[in-house]
Amino acid sequence: MAKLNVEIGRLRLKNPVMTASGTFGYGLEFQDFVPLEGLGGIIVKGTTLKAREGNDYPRMAETPMGMLNCVGLQNKGVAYFAEHIYPQLKDIDTNWIVNVSGSSPDDYAECAARVDALDGIPAIELNISCPNVKEGGMAFGVTTKGAASVVRAVRERYSKTLIVKLSPNVTDIAEIARAVEAEGADAVSLINTLMGMAVDVERRCRVLSIGTGGLSGPAVKPVALRMVWQVAQAVKIPVVGLGGIMTATDAIEFLMAGATAIEIGTANFIDPTVTVKVRDGISDWLDRHGCSSVQEIIGCIR
Amino acid sequence: MKKFMLDLQVSGVERIHERYVLLRLTCVERLPEMVPGQFAEVRVDGSPSTFLRRPISIHFVDRRNNELWLLVATVGDGTRRLGQLQVGERVNCVLPLGNGFSIPPRENRGARTADERGEHETDERGERAADERGAQEAAGGARAADKGGAQAGCAEAKLLLVGGGVGVAPLLFLGAELKGLGFEPTFLLGARTGGDLLMVDEFRRYGRVLITTEDGSVGERGFVTRHSVLSTESFDRIYTCGPTPMMKAVAAYAYKNNVFCEASLENMMACGLGACLCCVEKTTEGNLCVCKNGPVFNINQLLWQN
Repeated sequence: MAKLNVEIGRLRLKNPVMTASGTFGYGLEFQDFVPLEGLGGIIVKGTTLKAREGNDYPRMAETPMGMLNCVGLQNKGVAYFAEHIYPQLKDIDTNWIVNVSGSSPDDYAECAARVDALDGIPAIELNISCPNVKEGGMAFGVTTKGAASVVRAVRERYSKTLIVKLSPNVTDIAEIARAVEAEGADAVSLINTLMGMAVDVERRCRVLSIGTGGLSGPAVKPVALRMVWQVAQAVKIPVVGLGGIMTATDAIEFLMAGATAIEIGTANFIDPTVTVKVRDGISDWLDRHGCSSVQEIIGCIR
Repeated sequence: MKKFMLDLQVSGVERIHERYVLLRLTCVERLPEMVPGQFAEVRVDGSPSTFLRRPISIHFVDRRNNELWLLVATVGDGTRRLGQLQVGERVNCVLPLGNGFSIPPRENRGARTADERGEHETDERGERAADERGAQEAAGGARAADKGGAQAGCAEAKLLLVGGGVGVAPLLFLGAELKGLGFEPTFLLGARTGGDLLMVDEFRRYGRVLITTEDGSVGERGFVTRHSVLSTESFDRIYTCGPTPMMKAVAAYAYKNNVFCEASLENMMACGLGACLCCVEKTTEGNLCVCKNGPVFNINQLLWQN
């Protein structure tokens, strides 16, 4: 059996398979389908300093090989998470990672500091790439200056592993990755959703309540893979790859393109057991190809 | 209630209407426990334009034959593909999902209390778990009770089940459960024309069936909320599922007459598990997931008053 463990900053993962924020709830929703301790990490729903109701319904549109969403970071806030949800998670043996969002650098930093106080949360994923909120979110992630300002503010108040989730809705994602690396990010994860739109021709109106939404699913995979490959060559910190991964083969493509770990998102909606299948599929592939460790294939494509 | 992902086998496909198909599914093992109002997320294979699963109400569970019935409205590429399934083919389903309708509590059966009219929501929800267990136990015996009238003494609570279009689907399972528990439910079913009525003979097995059609070809003419039974009789509970304008009209009647009422919502969904937060409905507790916190809501939770 090939070794599957990888490291992201000081974070040790049993295997490179994690779940993407907003697609796996708080993990508990999938307990009937997945032994949670069998995953490398679980990145929970986007969390903000104060509770958010999110955008109005409709928030979703199906697309060819994918979907659009404009959920808009609905969550009950970091205090609720710490008090009501964290106690249910902390004793389950996996890496619990909180996806942190905000509307200003101070907001992000304060939320991150609150998560820093939770012993059972060894890392955060900083969301500077949500396309569905008016303030903050992607606004910070599309310029080097904006991205750097958030990471700088958070780094001052957050001591553990800091992963920064990047937006694909930019001209040069490698430049953004270098900017957050320079401010002390321990890793980058990419890609968040691609901004898109859907139209209802019968009603002659937009499908989503706010008009636009983020595209995810297999439709975005080639774009994600290209960006992971570019960023992996532009930075020294580990890259976490995501975007349309449905199978172990998809995951291996990302690993070969330079991702140290991967996240599975939209695929959880199609097959709630997919994370375990991808993990086992990676292991089988490595065994079949005589690899003793997953490290042998990470970044093997230049 | 534990959820499963199962490859079920198609044991029957019946086109009951140009736009509706009755799918009967089975498996070697005993089907999981499920309660009326819950749904399945059905994967659609072989439809290139269909990416997400399709949430479909549990229409009926035939325990004797270990069959799950789904009433499918063939409205888009995905559901049309489901309508083309052949006997023997496999269909991947995630189920049972959602909360289900609440069954009237045993001790209050036949008596109209504040609880029953939904004035104490907390109590009501507390009872739901116990009710569900009762319903599960009854599930296997629903057909037998139908014949034997095992709890015939409990029949006084007057229950009205109002459905329109494909929204009648969960009401058959609910009606059968209620009948099995000794109730005598009344079904009020609405359709555009007599030809659009679905599964009426099945509904008749479990209670009185009243009908409205928009063209007046069968039953009374007009929408369900115009049916004369609503002015001549009173009910202790109303359960409704169908087009949103219909459910809102039913809810308006229930609000006005202070009747306990539950509605089963059909918001567009992705995950079905409460993870993606796409299918939310505005409620007195903020945005709640129809897939997890619903699909059944007491109308007092919904912001439908205005």
